[in-house]
Amino acid sequence: MQKRLKEKALELLSNCTVTRVLGWKTGEFFYDLTPAVFETAEEVEKEFVYSGFSGANLSKYLIQESRKQGKVAVFLKPCDSYSFQQLLKEHRILRENVYVVGISCNGLLDMEKIRAQGCEGVTAVTEDGDTLTVDTLYGTTKLSRNDCLLERCAVCKSKKIVAFDELIGEQGEELESNRFDRVAELEAMTPEERFAFWREELSRCIRCNACRNVCPACSCEKCVFDNEKSGVRNKAIADSFEENLFHIIRAFHVAGRCTDCGECSRVCPQNIPLHLLNRKFIKDINEFYGVYQAGADMDTKSPLTDFTLDDCEPSIVHERGGVQG
Amino acid sequence: MQRIGVFVCWCGSNIAATVDVEKVSQVLAQEPGVVFSTNYQYMCSQAGQEMIQESIHKYQLTGVVICSCSPRMHEATFRKTCEKAGLNAHMVEIANIREQCSWIHKDMATGTEKAVILGRAAIAKVHLNAPLTAGQSPVKKRALVIGGGIAGIQTALDIADAGFDVDIVEKQPTIGGKMTQIDKTFPTLDCAACILTPKMVDAAQHEKIHIYSYAEVEKVKGFVGNFQVTIKKKARYVDETKCTGCGLCTEKCPQKKVPNAFNLGLDNRRAIYIPFAQAVPKIATIDADYCTMLKSGKCGVCSKVCTAGAIDYKQTDTYIEEEYGAIVVATGFNPIKLDKYDEFAYSQSPDVVTSLEFERLMNAAGPTGGTLLRPSDGAHPHTIVFVQCVGSRCDDEKGKPYCSKICCMYTAKHAMLCREKYPDTDVYVFYIDVRTPGKNFDEFYRRAVEEYGVHYIKGMVGKVVPQDGKLKVQASDLLGGSQLHIEADMVVLAAAIEPDETARPLATMLTASMDTNDFFTEAHPKLRPVESPTAGIFLSGACQGPKDIPETVAQASAAAAKVIGLLCKDSLTCNPCTAQPDELMCNGCSSCEKVCPYGAITYADKEFRGPNRTTLLRRVAQVNPAVCQGCGACTVACPSGAMDLKGFSNQQIMAEVDAICR
Amino acid sequence: MSVTENFKPTIVAFCCNWCSYAGADLSGTNRLQYPANVKIIRIPCSCRLNPMFVLRAFQKGADGVILCGCHPGDCHYTTGNYYARRRMTLLFSLLDFMGIERGRTRVEWVSAAEGAKFAATMNEFTETIMKLGPNRRLEDLRCRKD
Repeated sequence: MQKRLKEKALELLSNCTVTRVLGWKTGEFFYDLTPAVFETAEEVEKEFVYSGFSGANLSKYLIQESRKQGKVAVFLKPCDSYSFQQLLKEHRILRENVYVVGISCNGLLDMEKIRAQGCEGVTAVTEDGDTLTVDTLYGTTKLSRNDCLLERCAVCKSKKIVAFDELIGEQGEELESNRFDRVAELEAMTPEERFAFWREELSRCIRCNACRNVCPACSCEKCVFDNEKSGVRNKAIADSFEENLFHIIRAFHVAGRCTDCGECSRVCPQNIPLHLLNRKFIKDINEFYGVYQAGADMDTKSPLTDFTLDDCEPSIVHERGGVQG
Repeated sequence: MQRIGVFVCWCGSNIAATVDVEKVSQVLAQEPGVVFSTNYQYMCSQAGQEMIQESIHKYQLTGVVICSCSPRMHEATFRKTCEKAGLNAHMVEIANIREQCSWIHKDMATGTEKAVILGRAAIAKVHLNAPLTAGQSPVKKRALVIGGGIAGIQTALDIADAGFDVDIVEKQPTIGGKMTQIDKTFPTLDCAACILTPKMVDAAQHEKIHIYSYAEVEKVKGFVGNFQVTIKKKARYVDETKCTGCGLCTEKCPQKKVPNAFNLGLDNRRAIYIPFAQAVPKIATIDADYCTMLKSGKCGVCSKVCTAGAIDYKQTDTYIEEEYGAIVVATGFNPIKLDKYDEFAYSQSPDVVTSLEFERLMNAAGPTGGTLLRPSDGAHPHTIVFVQCVGSRCDDEKGKPYCSKICCMYTAKHAMLCREKYPDTDVYVFYIDVRTPGKNFDEFYRRAVEEYGVHYIKGMVGKVVPQDGKLKVQASDLLGGSQLHIEADMVVLAAAIEPDETARPLATMLTASMDTNDFFTEAHPKLRPVESPTAGIFLSGACQGPKDIPETVAQASAAAAKVIGLLCKDSLTCNPCTAQPDELMCNGCSSCEKVCPYGAITYADKEFRGPNRTTLLRRVAQVNPAVCQGCGACTVACPSGAMDLKGFSNQQIMAEVDAICR
Repeated sequence: MSVTENFKPTIVAFCCNWCSYAGADLSGTNRLQYPANVKIIRIPCSCRLNPMFVLRAFQKGADGVILCGCHPGDCHYTTGNYYARRRMTLLFSLLDFMGIERGRTRVEWVSAAEGAKFAATMNEFTETIMKLGPNRRLEDLRCRKD
């Protein structure tokens, strides 16, 4: 796959279709791939990497890139294409300045999961079908690829690339996903248990803002958390309430726009399952107002800028099953 | 830092009795930014207002907090006061310590504590207030009257006489409304048609009035001064410009078995019809539910007899779009359906009739030519029982909780007319109370009892049983303490009245509020009785509550006066509390545009300074302040918080929250 | 615990200017009592209520937050309360999901004519909050009242 992508990048640069290519390159570690802009064939040859660790969703970077001189090519995995289309819908990306290469995807890898299976000091990971060969300082291990997928890939919602100029690999389809199972599990708990769960999770938050910075929906010109007039500006952690509010506000801000790309949880250095908050919103929206997938098309109104005369009342939250808090 | 003056009103004893006003003014004097704090017996009085103005000068106040009654009462008063003293009207905030404090709490300590907190919240808000100036929006000098009954006609005539164009939209083929069906009017007993039809003709001939008959309001957009209304003209299958109203078609139409709605189904009419002789406009209408030509394509008699060539079976509904500065609702009322009142045998015997049906039976233009005859056999009734409050003042689900107001008087009228025309008739009236407030009303009722010998019996009729061509009426006489059994020939039920069924959907279109009974709510029950709380919407007649004809006409003229007052203005001062985007923060994402009910938000590409001396072209939201009504929907839809609402800004509201939760 | 026994909840009621605020006025005019714990903030429309304001109130120590707006279909601005309805439904659901007591948040549609309903709602809501006790789960300890 890396070879095909590299070839495509070189081709697009050489035939002047684009002046830049947005892709991935190695960061500090081989599994720590980071988004990068390539302007020359040499850079591409030398640094362009596509592997199971190319998780980073590149769509967000197009907000800036598409406003620069010349056209930019971008590689979008299926879930990234939803984010891309959602940003298009919000007029954030200038479509005419972007050349989208859609790439099919069979799920991306989570280093944490590889480590969790007893692999320490990992030096290289090679893929061979469903098998992963993990080289470590202490020897080589074979793992099942399916056991090492990112959470979002393990419950992949769609293999469909919703926006592209050309495709590499096969176009996929929307999938039946059990991505809401964990949300449902939490819903079934008592409020005390839920509070304890989130208290435990969110108390680890160090307010590094990685979740915000990586989120394609969190791409405001000026974030409310950086705006002294918003009343919620706060950069340092003070008390755990802060995390509660930060994450509630963030989740609400992206409600109806979050495509469930899962980047927030992927980048969280504290492994907080932040995607559950967003997924809760998506699950509620689906149940209350009909199934809605942000970014799936250009026309459907976001559920929060839409209504029907007979929407459910907020009291549905009180009337719903489960233990009353 | 603002220099704030706090003025605590006693409202006589209304506030001072449960709030320690002295203490409130003392405590609030300690709040940051407060440079002057005082209390006074009547802040809204001339002396109180002068005190505020003097203080503004003396202490160079930049903000004013008035702790008094609801802002809905005197906010405008105090804003004007401060404006006269050179302070911007929007530097004034009201802490509602009467309706929300002194009137709901009995304990002085509680009331005082809460008053202080409400005062603090207002002070916190004023700190963040900024002077606002209102824009202007033009007024379309044309009024729409919805409903062409006596209320709508009167309103339209008054507005038109003042020189403004008025359109009447009437859903029936003719204007005139309920009053056309009434025989005589109380308390003078003059004939309804004689006083109504000249007004109908006046309306039709008035050069400023246009009547859309057989039409309905389909859609309303816009706001006060600038409503855009879509009117649906229902297909009547007759070309209005050609029909001369000769009535030949209505005589020749072979479909004779159509219940005559004008006579409440007491007789039949043809499928093509003119509701009554004095209809305005006098144009035939084809009833599509019964016309054999429209249903099966076979007939066409009316088309053949029409010398004017006015029949057009291919006519369709047409839509007219028009702009108005003001809209008057005059949708009127209907008697309730009596199918839930089977104890009175209404559905079992044709001789049990409603009062409106009785009007038709007494009317010279009615199905009996004005001779009172029983519907069942056409015989003269000799004993007539009137039952009042059928469905009015009713506790259960069947009826209405309110008094329908007009029934006592029209029943007295009916009873009196019966006795006058047919002195050999025995007339009984069963009542809960007889309510006769109104000029010459009680005298009228007493005449019915004393001069005409109508038997008024306090008590309810329990049951009416049709038996052997008679109606056996079982009733109780509460004053005499006895059960009565009356063999009546006719029973007349004074059915409660309710708002027309079109009122509710219309209210939704107009965003005008209604009460639980579907009567339109007035802006103030005493002081603004003919205006809806929605600016530019006015109320005329029984759509606002049960009314008799004199009251309806009075209210209709009052509504007209309000409309004229509005249309006289060339422009209206807009609401200055409009949304305002911070372009530096705007993402251009269109979320705000999607929730704006007024289409006040547009987008423009603007140049901004980018990094390294570059310029960036960014799409940013722009609000048209003349169109924005200040609801604030956009401010919450905006993900970045770029959109804020002047006068109710994020920071202001949060400052209030902080002050209350402090 | 004495704190709970002397618990005087702080309840913030956001009221739409056109209906519920007038409804509150009407309950005042009719002298219908409801607890002094309820403090009203006037907003132009229920759709002006930013979820951030609700969170802010809880952060600053409010024990309950209620939004009162025009009945669906009666919004002065045509559609505002429909948006508010969706926003609050989702917000309340998320708060519930995070273990915040459901009873602390509420939306009630109160018209200008429903003074009695306003008072009854506030009485009922205050009672619910009294039963729930002080808000500890969203409160900012730095803002705690002594």
